[in-house]
Amino acid sequence: MRHIISILMENEAGALSRVAGLFSARGYNIESLTVAATEDPSLSRMTLVTRGSDQIIEQITKQLNKLIDVVKLIDLTEGPHIEREMMLVKVKAAAASEARNEINRLAGIFRGNIIDVTSNSYTIELTGTGDKLDAFIQAVGNEEILETVRSGVSGISRGDKSLSL
Amino acid sequence: MELTGAEIFVRCLEDEGVEYLFGYPGGAVLNIYDAIYKQDKVEHILVRHEQAATHAADGYARSSGKPGVVIVTSGPGATNAVTGIATAYMDSIPMVVFTGQVPTNMIGNDAFQEVDSVGITRPCVKHNFLVKDVKDLAETVKKAFYVATTGRPGPVVVDIPKDITAVKCEYHYPKRIKMRSYNPVVKGNKRQIIKAVDLMMSATRPMVYTGGGVILDRAAKPLTEMTRKLGFPITNTLMGLGAYPATDKQFLGMLGMHGTYEANMAMHNCDVLIAIGARFDDRVTGNIEKFCPTAKIIHVDIDPASIAKNVMVDVPIVGGVNNVLKEMMALLDESKLSPDKDVLAEWWQQIEEWRAVDCLKYDKDMESGLIKPQYVIESLYNVTKGDAFVTSDVGQHQMWAAQFYKFDKPYRWINSGGLGTMGFGLPAAMGAQLANPKATVACVTGEGSIQMNIQELSTCLQYGLPIKIVCLNNRTLGMVRQWQEFFYQGRYSMSYMEAIPDFVKLAESYGHVGIRVEKPEDVLPAMEEAMGKYKNRLVFLDVVTDQAENVYPMIPNGAGLNEMILV
Repeated sequence: MRHIISILMENEAGALSRVAGLFSARGYNIESLTVAATEDPSLSRMTLVTRGSDQIIEQITKQLNKLIDVVKLIDLTEGPHIEREMMLVKVKAAAASEARNEINRLAGIFRGNIIDVTSNSYTIELTGTGDKLDAFIQAVGNEEILETVRSGVSGISRGDKSLSL
Repeated sequence: MELTGAEIFVRCLEDEGVEYLFGYPGGAVLNIYDAIYKQDKVEHILVRHEQAATHAADGYARSSGKPGVVIVTSGPGATNAVTGIATAYMDSIPMVVFTGQVPTNMIGNDAFQEVDSVGITRPCVKHNFLVKDVKDLAETVKKAFYVATTGRPGPVVVDIPKDITAVKCEYHYPKRIKMRSYNPVVKGNKRQIIKAVDLMMSATRPMVYTGGGVILDRAAKPLTEMTRKLGFPITNTLMGLGAYPATDKQFLGMLGMHGTYEANMAMHNCDVLIAIGARFDDRVTGNIEKFCPTAKIIHVDIDPASIAKNVMVDVPIVGGVNNVLKEMMALLDESKLSPDKDVLAEWWQQIEEWRAVDCLKYDKDMESGLIKPQYVIESLYNVTKGDAFVTSDVGQHQMWAAQFYKFDKPYRWINSGGLGTMGFGLPAAMGAQLANPKATVACVTGEGSIQMNIQELSTCLQYGLPIKIVCLNNRTLGMVRQWQEFFYQGRYSMSYMEAIPDFVKLAESYGHVGIRVEKPEDVLPAMEEAMGKYKNRLVFLDVVTDQAENVYPMIPNGAGLNEMILV
């Protein structure tokens, strides 16, 4: 099962390596990992996507909680939640070509923004679930894509529930 | 008044009540060593290798219950200490290790004697710190002691760059520390404890299985009281020996790979297993698929991550062993509940049948003229009246010591159970001897292990540590050889120790007493001499033992606890 674990941790040097080291030392896998400081600069928030049986996920959350720098964590997938990922994708778009119009239309359909334009390319910013980003890549086609960069998943609980001190 | 970082460091140790600082000087810690020179509250013990500093601090911690404290220099000082840190980590020993570091402006420049100590030690410490500002030094030291000694204990490393030890600031050592990210649970959940007690009362074939957690939480007394009150059979893990008196009738001996037949059979056949401060290690469970097939399991542990890690449990209780045991006792007293005596009697009858197998029997007559290693341990037990602190290295001798030295008191059995570090025994004995200057401290070792930290004989001379080294010299890496005999058709690859030194001369050259023992009838007199005539000297007893002797009983790889190989 895929799980999204959200972690509040001390914003200290080395905190990230403790989490990454824990996963490699114990043989857990990380699908994606994002981290940045929160509105409270002494705290970082990390969103980690992993896969495993219930028993492994239980161990992962327990082992993460054991890290001294980890203040609090939740498994977002245990309740209703929203996940988002941002992608920047640079695609071929030769001037006055049909492809150029097509990309423009596709970006509109996927509610993306074209954030950079040259005579030969568009760069599109797209936000959504991983599936949506995958679908966009498929719709554009690999041959048209010059490069992509994805942020990894960020997530938050729905409703009043929040991960804070 | 403003103090330098080095002075602050020493003041912190004084205020923390540190008696001994085990260490070795070097470039990055010269300021600190200068501050050590100028005070007399903390005694520095100069080892001969940094690994020994960590093991000595470890032995001090295990035998005294107080954290062990180490200082080493940067680079090789730190890397040499890593084995000892990992040893302490695996056995959850409270220890604070200070490593010198190159000056902050040099970090990352591949400076002389620079390593990323925080990075290297990260996977084998409970936590570590790099001090970047002298103003943080005192608080960081306090945090290090707090983290190392609370919750599930463990080693903490504090990396101190050289420039931090030279600059000055106001000294203030915090009395207490609060960390928002670290609040270990010590009190067990009341409802879970009630559930556990109910389950214990319903048991027809109960079994108590306890580990190092009972030792670490100094909980031998409540454990013994409760087990006696209930009349249940009890076994201890290798790490937990001494938590329950070994000569008591209710004690079934150690369990696991080289545990007793009765302990392992009782584990396998029990219907309620009460696991306390033990972590279901693979050397204990054997094949996990076959482990305790009919048991409901109660598991008390301070570390939530230890619960349901290897084995699913029915009643998990997160909390300090001491607290939980006391609460259980209070419940038992209050409710006046007690187990059904007749039902228990039937269970005991079965256990006595297993016990009658006498799984630890060996050739006591020794008519062949070869000394049986088991006899050496029994002699040590008899001569020291079971009251010595016994450290061990790793291998056959370790198992024999665990099987044949009957520990009636806790905190006296000191060995590297988790990491299995050869070379642990002698330096650990130094720590134990310093913590217990009047006690007899024996180091049970082999001719392989002792050579891994033999240089510490020099430290022992310097500080007058009258350790009794009992070397079971069988001229082979015994445990390796045993596995090669059983599972590799006797291909003894590299398990033969060629060119073994003359340990008697070696001990003498270090200024100690060496005695070689070659005949069974000389074992006891030699031990008596070591404890009597040479009471105040370090004695190296080089005991030539039967090379062919193996450790029995044994659970082979992949087998269950009920599938032991007996003698």
